[in-house]
Amino acid sequence: MTFYKIGDDIADTTAPDVPIEQRWDKRRFDAKLVNPANRRRHSVIVVGTGLAGGAAGATLAEQGYRVIQFCYQDSPRRAHSIAAQGGINAAKNYRNDGDSVYRLFYDTVKGGDFRARESNVYRLAQTSTQIIDQCVAQGVPFAREYGGLLDTRSFGGVQVARTFYARGQTGQQLLIGAYQALSRQIDAGNVEMHARTEMLDLIVIDGRARGIVARDLITGQVSTYLADAVVLATGGYGNVFYLSTNAKNSNASAIWRAHRRGAYFANPCYTQIHPTCIPRSGDYQGKLTLMSESLRNDGRIWVPKNPGDTRSPDQIPEAERDYYLERIYPGFGNLVPRDIASRAAKNQCDLGRGVGPGGLGVYLDFADAIRRMGEDKVREKYGNLFEMYDRITGEDPYKVPMRIYPAVHYTMGGLWVDYDLQSTIPGCFVVGEANFSDHGANRLGASALMQGLADGYFVLPPMLGNYIASTKLEKVDASHPAVVDTVNEATGRLTRLLSIDGERTVDSFHRELGEIMWEECGMARSEDGLRKALGRLPELREEFWRSVKVPGTGDQLNQSLERANRVSDFLELGELMCVDALHREESCGGHFRVESQTPDGEARRDDDRFAYAGAWEFGGTGTGDQPILHKEPLNFDYVHLAQRNYA
Amino acid sequence: MKLTLRIWRQASPDEPGRMVAYEVPDANPDMSFLELLDVLNERLTLEGDDPVSFDHDCREGICGACGVVINGQAHGPRERTTTCQLHIREFNDGDVIDVEPWRSVAFGVIKDLMVDRSGLDRIIQAGGYISAPTGSAPEAHSTPVPKPIADTAFDNATCIGCGACVAACPNGSSMLFTSAKVAHLNSLPQGAPERAERVLNLVEAMDAEGFGGCTNTGECTVACPKGIPMDSIATLNREYLRASLGRK
Repeated sequence: MTFYKIGDDIADTTAPDVPIEQRWDKRRFDAKLVNPANRRRHSVIVVGTGLAGGAAGATLAEQGYRVIQFCYQDSPRRAHSIAAQGGINAAKNYRNDGDSVYRLFYDTVKGGDFRARESNVYRLAQTSTQIIDQCVAQGVPFAREYGGLLDTRSFGGVQVARTFYARGQTGQQLLIGAYQALSRQIDAGNVEMHARTEMLDLIVIDGRARGIVARDLITGQVSTYLADAVVLATGGYGNVFYLSTNAKNSNASAIWRAHRRGAYFANPCYTQIHPTCIPRSGDYQGKLTLMSESLRNDGRIWVPKNPGDTRSPDQIPEAERDYYLERIYPGFGNLVPRDIASRAAKNQCDLGRGVGPGGLGVYLDFADAIRRMGEDKVREKYGNLFEMYDRITGEDPYKVPMRIYPAVHYTMGGLWVDYDLQSTIPGCFVVGEANFSDHGANRLGASALMQGLADGYFVLPPMLGNYIASTKLEKVDASHPAVVDTVNEATGRLTRLLSIDGERTVDSFHRELGEIMWEECGMARSEDGLRKALGRLPELREEFWRSVKVPGTGDQLNQSLERANRVSDFLELGELMCVDALHREESCGGHFRVESQTPDGEARRDDDRFAYAGAWEFGGTGTGDQPILHKEPLNFDYVHLAQRNYA
Repeated sequence: MKLTLRIWRQASPDEPGRMVAYEVPDANPDMSFLELLDVLNERLTLEGDDPVSFDHDCREGICGACGVVINGQAHGPRERTTTCQLHIREFNDGDVIDVEPWRSVAFGVIKDLMVDRSGLDRIIQAGGYISAPTGSAPEAHSTPVPKPIADTAFDNATCIGCGACVAACPNGSSMLFTSAKVAHLNSLPQGAPERAERVLNLVEAMDAEGFGGCTNTGECTVACPKGIPMDSIATLNREYLRASLGRK
């Protein structure tokens, strides 16, 4: 049984056909401009206030557009970009270690296992240097050397030190920078900020995105907001797995609603499992906590050589330890890309060499680093991460090796966008993790912050201006039938959720969905497993709509209702992820199909059949409805297609 | 572990609230405090009761969304820890634990343990930024910043805006929050041009929001999960005096 239909190929037609170094310049030059005096007459909705949304809102407002911005949190400063720890990449070559825009481009395409669009990645690398300048000017306190210049470090998957950082809180510092820039525009009256307000649906009129339906989370009031364009900056969908490193309330509803309204969803199965998270401790666990990958710079990963060895780590002599990453990948050692490090940890645990509760963990040991640099130096570099680990586990990593295990962390898939970051719905732009654009099948460390800020500060604004300048938009108001219909659908859905009054909580459904996804669509995927999941998921969805229990009413603060609405979307998205994973009969990056591996267990791509981005069109949720696959063939004119090798 | 939670329940800003006791017989020492509330809420939902509303998001101690007063202490008994990072191993079997929202004139209760902290956003909007429009930045290395200054700026920039300082202060003052922003931005060369205006505007906004005055009791620094020091308040006072006297 197939679970999908095949539609026509899709192509990005917006990247100019000139050498890659010139594409972004050419595109910006060709873009139409909006006269500064006229910008005030144009309004833009921005949903989300993370790095991409915060940067976009601030920049568009500075340029003179009227920005209407939303976040579900109580303040724009709380978006989950804030939790990124390690750093942000930029091709500054301050280390004189051979870095360049071209090398960052090359590393990103290779790290993404040749499943990203070259044009977009090159532009990302080009833009990276400007981001650092911008953030320093805003007062972002990056780590500095004693000479007063910026410090950098290296990160997984690369051999140069191009990662700028602010202790282990780089995401926080960059987000606060964007938040402050946004705050300045709020104060100036250029941004109308709606905190504690969640988007319920996208309003599409005459084929163009013209607004959103949103719910005030305090009063329950459902309202419409109309504008000339809509920017979705709502992050990733890792919470499909229930347990992930995402914030508890991070959700996919905005992008999923846009998908249902016609935006193609690309590569939904590309999820990143981060190798260095704190293992789970019990069934009550609500989320997982990541420890920055930067720890792999100085920590050494090992497991006992003998399966089932239950001695405490200090009782296991060197000769009986296996530093398996250093052994298998001598060139990169502990710094191999995330997907490889995660799978290697799973393989060791599958061999029975895992440590901690349930044997689901490996050691990340700083004993050598402490001997080499001294405890003070280690504390300065990683102090807050060590504290965090201690607080959560009750163990002191200065004395006992950390235990780590992979966890869902980032989703490379997202709404399909062209070079202009526009989705298949004209006027609906998608930035940051919410789109699929830059990381292919695997994202390199410290590249999410880079992409979020590149999209928000530098890429989106000129392209959004181009859209507005080249589009004639009719005036619309809330009485338009399309607006009324969308509002009715959104409120009808909430009413239905509240009226079921079944016997299972929202979380119990979410947890079950997460278990299915982790087992069958997690670190290793098989045809059998995915088919099993695709048998179970529609049943679970049906059960949800029959027996979920949502207490309270819709016209009040109701956190259960918020969760129910999000989980109802996760249930549909989970199915599409499994369909995508099933159809892609190759392994690439974070997508590992057990049927497609080399004799030594590495991912094996199938470039002849799968060198494309899979963009899915929504096909309905009824019996017999199937999503429609549109392929965007990927051409590699600059980076030679090759099997990744980090040995 | 068996714990009794006495939780502040308040249906809306206009209705009176009261403490309600709930037993949680199956608490686990490795749970976080918010996971304990999750477990309680699952039960309340199934029993047809209204689950307890509380703010939370990242659950990693960095977003600043969570925060309740636990046994009279903002974020509970463990130093330098947000509520989400507080674990049940800090308590003993049989404990009775009081859980209340942030209490302050400037933070109205929305429901149960949720309060309105938008006043803190408006303080930042009044000048807690450096005016650097996108695209106008000079090359990052054109202004070296001595490491000790960069470190001071960073230490203050780690504020997560949770509001524990306000909740802990007997005067309901947001002085520590405001001073952290002043110390972050005013210590950097990039922040120098707006230095005087910034501190004056921030203090004015803080007063306008109804936050109380600072009497140097220092409760704020004890409650602060990020360890923002009293020095920052001294910095704010110095900056304020300097700006008020009109010295450039």
